[in-house]
Amino acid sequence: MSGPRILLAKPGLDGHDRGLKVIAFALREAGAEVIYLGLRQSPAAIVAAAVAEDADLIGVSVLSGAHLPLAGQLMAQRAERGGGHIPVAIGGTIPAEHARRLREMGVDAVYPVGSPLPEVVDGLLRLAGGDGAPAARRAPGKRAGRHGRRAAS
Amino acid sequence: MTACGAGRGSSPVTAGSPGTAPVTTDSGIPVQVVYTAGDLPGGEAALARRLGLPGEPPFTRGPYPTMYRGQLWTMRQFAGFGSPEHTNERFRFLLGQGQTALSVAFDLPTQLGYDSGDPMAAADVGRVGVAIDTADDMAEVFDGIPLDKVSVNFTINATAPIILATYLVAAERSGVPYHALTGTLQNDILKEFLARKAYLYPPGPSLRLVTDVVEFSSRELPRFNPISITGYHAREAGCDAVQELALTMASAIAYCEAFLARGLDFEAFAPRLSFHFATTLDLFEEVAKLRAARRIWHRVATERFGATSPAAARLRFFSGNSGTTLTAQQPLNNVIRSTLQCLGAVLGGAQSIHVMGYDEAYEIPTEEAVTLSLRTQQIIALESGVTRTADPLAGSYFVEALTDEIEARARELMADIDALGGAAAAIEAGIPQRWIAESAYRAEQQLASGERPKVGVNVYADCGGDGPAGPSAPFEVDPLVGERQAERTRTRVAERDPRPQISGLLRLADDTRAGRNVMPALIEAARAGATVGEMAGVFRDAFGEFTEPAPW
Repeated sequence: MSGPRILLAKPGLDGHDRGLKVIAFALREAGAEVIYLGLRQSPAAIVAAAVAEDADLIGVSVLSGAHLPLAGQLMAQRAERGGGHIPVAIGGTIPAEHARRLREMGVDAVYPVGSPLPEVVDGLLRLAGGDGAPAARRAPGKRAGRHGRRAAS
Repeated sequence: MTACGAGRGSSPVTAGSPGTAPVTTDSGIPVQVVYTAGDLPGGEAALARRLGLPGEPPFTRGPYPTMYRGQLWTMRQFAGFGSPEHTNERFRFLLGQGQTALSVAFDLPTQLGYDSGDPMAAADVGRVGVAIDTADDMAEVFDGIPLDKVSVNFTINATAPIILATYLVAAERSGVPYHALTGTLQNDILKEFLARKAYLYPPGPSLRLVTDVVEFSSRELPRFNPISITGYHAREAGCDAVQELALTMASAIAYCEAFLARGLDFEAFAPRLSFHFATTLDLFEEVAKLRAARRIWHRVATERFGATSPAAARLRFFSGNSGTTLTAQQPLNNVIRSTLQCLGAVLGGAQSIHVMGYDEAYEIPTEEAVTLSLRTQQIIALESGVTRTADPLAGSYFVEALTDEIEARARELMADIDALGGAAAAIEAGIPQRWIAESAYRAEQQLASGERPKVGVNVYADCGGDGPAGPSAPFEVDPLVGERQAERTRTRVAERDPRPQISGLLRLADDTRAGRNVMPALIEAARAGATVGEMAGVFRDAFGEFTEPAPW
């Protein structure tokens, strides 16, 4: 049984990727398969990749303060591109009030700066269904990545 | 692993506890229980040679003989957001509060060559800095600020030549000649590929643009530092003090080689190189690092590049205090952290300092937070007494031993980078990026385990609740900035005389292709109202855009 497939990306122009890389490392160590899209990804590209890669979770990081418009675009793309079954988590410089608005948009988890790493990792794994559920959900033959970059697990 | 409650949670391992691991600095250098004269090889005479006097080679003790007694460091809080007029207002406020020089933060679209109305820019206009689309915008940023009297730092890299051009046009319009302008352009593209990630064009053409700026500046801007070679971002991205130092020096070497290949004279450009380091929380390690930096640069300049004039071997630096060491939890604690960091920068002999706002984990600083940062600098300068003498920690057995050790380790790492083909080659191979990412991961694990104490986070943390409470009135950039900027630029573009603008851009394209220095064409285009997006677009057409390879 394989670990959950988690796609990580930074939408918009923000280049602060220290946190996202730390999470990528930690998720790999916890047995997840990380698909690391990296920087300057459009919300459309992120969702398209998640759908094509059969991701169990989309995780995005925004430290430029642009999280509300970018999350809005991401959630709209998710609806348009048949990714509605893929949970979304967002981390960044997100005030409590904005976290509430993000959740209202349908974002499944919000991790503001200061969220402890173990809590983030556990939360992401749970959202991604790390108990084996995704393997059952996944259609046969769809495992191989066909889009974007993917990491060895 | 939170440890809430009034100090009765789990406390971190201390040096006195039995069975503890060896004690080290934040960067892993072993620290003895006590240091004595015996820890300094060669005794007094050898130490005196390693130190020199302040203002004298090897500059360990500082670049100037009187240091702060002669002239205080420049208090240069980084600022900028929203529209040019918002930033102008904040600049005037800061100058009124006693800030002694300016440092401009640009928004991401400006840093990456997009105009405010560009769809790529929409979510990001005005958020992390000021939006600049034209020279008109730049002129508005400095409205009422005398450019012949105020030194300005520009934190701009991939689009540095473009932004410099808009600044020069703004100076022209306010009647200030180029030779009167003082300031610094960050213009350090290597660290963008390495850590900061606001690159635009591929490495080769990017280095060409950096060199064009330095060449132009050497001729036309005698009081301007056209580059600020920085290890700050690598450090903030997670590497340790030794790596920060080695990577900065390796970058400096790569730049000097590029400038020499262009035919520039070391004695001419080296005195105008400036450097930029982080100052984080391990006070003595940071001081030792900064002293070691000066000594290493002296050796590089004289031995590697044959510098003969003292000015060409004298390292001057700006210190940005560390943001990553500040916490979302119990944000007022960050005032103390920032104070320690500022003190470290001062004891380390910085020429210019920025102190982070205590709200750094949440937002760009409110007026209140940035004022407190400024007051931190002012109180240290005026009330602490540490400015009365140069390099006050010299002769400390610990500090001198640590300075020696950091220098030795950094030089070893510099040799490793040399063996990889130099900074540019190492960065292209992704090697130092890996060091940084691994170091960041280790630090995060240490935080989670409690091995690295963080007050308010893993020790003496708040109990219960939904997590850290941020500022009650978080700083928000005016949400209409993007639309207004885009509209303003559209109007200016519609109203400008297209002929000089087009001819400026054609000249730019021509000079770019022909390998001529792009600055004259950029200035001409900027003067004619060309936008940042248009000028960056010429370079995009010529160079293409860089995409970062996957890290693994």
